[in-house]
Amino acid sequence: MIDTVIDFLLNDPIGIVILTVIKALALLVPVLIGVAYLTYAERKVMAAIQLRKGPNVVGPFGLLQPFADAIKMITKETIIPSGANRVLFVMAPMLTFVLAMLAWAVIPMNDGWAIANINVGILYLFAISSLGVYGIIIAGWASNSKYAFLGALRSAAQMVSYEVSMGFVLVTVLLCVGSLNLTDIVRAQSKIWFCIPLFPMFVIFFISALAETNRAPFDLPEGESEIVAGFFVEYSSMSFGLFFLGEYANMILMSAMTTILFLGGWLPPLGMEPFTWIPGPIWMIGKICFLLFTFIWVRATFPRYRYDQLMRLGWKVFLPFSLIWLVLTAGALVAFGWLPNA
Amino acid sequence: MIVDFFFYLFAAVLLVTATLVVSARNPVHSVLFLILAFFNAAALFLIAGAEFLAMTLVIVYVGAVAVLFLFVVMMLDIDFEQLRGGLQRYTGIGAAVGAALIVELIAVFGGWTLAPNAEKLRLSPTPANMNNTEALGRVLYTDYIFLFQAAGLVLLVAMIGAIVLTLRERKTSKHQSIRVQTQRTVAETLEIVTVPLGVGTNESGGFLRPKAPEPEPVHEDAGGHHGHH
Repeated sequence: MIDTVIDFLLNDPIGIVILTVIKALALLVPVLIGVAYLTYAERKVMAAIQLRKGPNVVGPFGLLQPFADAIKMITKETIIPSGANRVLFVMAPMLTFVLAMLAWAVIPMNDGWAIANINVGILYLFAISSLGVYGIIIAGWASNSKYAFLGALRSAAQMVSYEVSMGFVLVTVLLCVGSLNLTDIVRAQSKIWFCIPLFPMFVIFFISALAETNRAPFDLPEGESEIVAGFFVEYSSMSFGLFFLGEYANMILMSAMTTILFLGGWLPPLGMEPFTWIPGPIWMIGKICFLLFTFIWVRATFPRYRYDQLMRLGWKVFLPFSLIWLVLTAGALVAFGWLPNA
Repeated sequence: MIVDFFFYLFAAVLLVTATLVVSARNPVHSVLFLILAFFNAAALFLIAGAEFLAMTLVIVYVGAVAVLFLFVVMMLDIDFEQLRGGLQRYTGIGAAVGAALIVELIAVFGGWTLAPNAEKLRLSPTPANMNNTEALGRVLYTDYIFLFQAAGLVLLVAMIGAIVLTLRERKTSKHQSIRVQTQRTVAETLEIVTVPLGVGTNESGGFLRPKAPEPEPVHEDAGGHHGHH
């Protein structure tokens, strides 16, 4: 009986589709629960940094707060402004959310645990994360409102700018790996995590990830003190909720990407006894949580950048620096004969 | 079977969206359909086994070029009535240009024969034990490195040209010099005075205000007419 089920799942075309759906759910449901508790963690951590208590009423230690928020958001009325472009207005938050979920297909949580272990995994991630800007631009334009449009324009310029230096960071890592496959990238770090030899690139990638997810101190697209809430000012109830979920899912995704590229993915810090007792996925999740804590920590610590400073940092500091570091890395790899596949 | 189905699906969507790009009334919708067309083209690349080209198409065209397209088109203030009026007026000219183009294309494709060597190349797929990205990299960076570099140089010249065209010194714009800002000290910026009770600040040099920063040396050189000292 069990054998026939397994055979059906692995070999029948319909079975393969069902198996893929099950795999996707097994990954996405924890991600969504993670998103819910990330909002809770953000409020608790920021409260602790600012000497407040944070949510503490709903459930023990306020642990049920995310669910209360979700129910509130679902039961509220969706308002579509009369001047808005209805189809695009409704489509934009869905697009943001779907793109945030789509990228998880290639993330390996353990050796061989990726749903789609494709050869160009890192390019796929880069492509999907560069599409995230569409949800924001379309939302800003379809709202037919000044503030939303300004937020969308800011976001478009910002995300395109930071993608450039992010691309060079990726190229630097890929030079050291010799493959575009995410599993190969993690395996290449079994001796040493890339955050040590490529430390400056690690810092640039993390800061670019903050800009790419529109998080503080680069949250100009929503800058509430100047343009109210930016691109989602006209959104209410669950359409706003989808933007919110998408932003936090993108944070988790960017943390996972940083973990895979620089912090050795599922690998323990040392290949020795006490570290290897802990299974790979736990290491992976632990590293992601640490990076997420840093996201929140940065938000509670730094004031928002001014727009021209943001552009200056992206184009005049990060871009030349990552270019120079790319040339240096390539030179060192060739000079010392460290090139992979050579 | 599944591959065939998806090929026809993506190809059909590609053709429909490509038609909609030119027929949509709203230019923003046109750009969005263009993006969808790019996407379907990338999917067709994937089916053909060219995974690297598919991803590059999405990253470069959808992720960067089309964003700027959308950016510009959204900021245009377009009068749709006027656009439609123009359409009627230029239908004749447009049809004539289109007809000429079709005749030329038929002439070209009618007389087109493949060189024997090209036909052989077409039939040689990606070498075994090498993935698509690696094979493409070898062709671009090993076999045709000088042509590739020359193409890069052409693009570089075009880029410099575009920057030179837009670069002009505007007298009214204010520049920020991070160096000057961070080197300012309290001593040269503020004047601290002790104000006696009931006297006010008039005796000690008026209001407390930050000193104006030194003018940037660039402006002095560029102006060349500072004979008032």
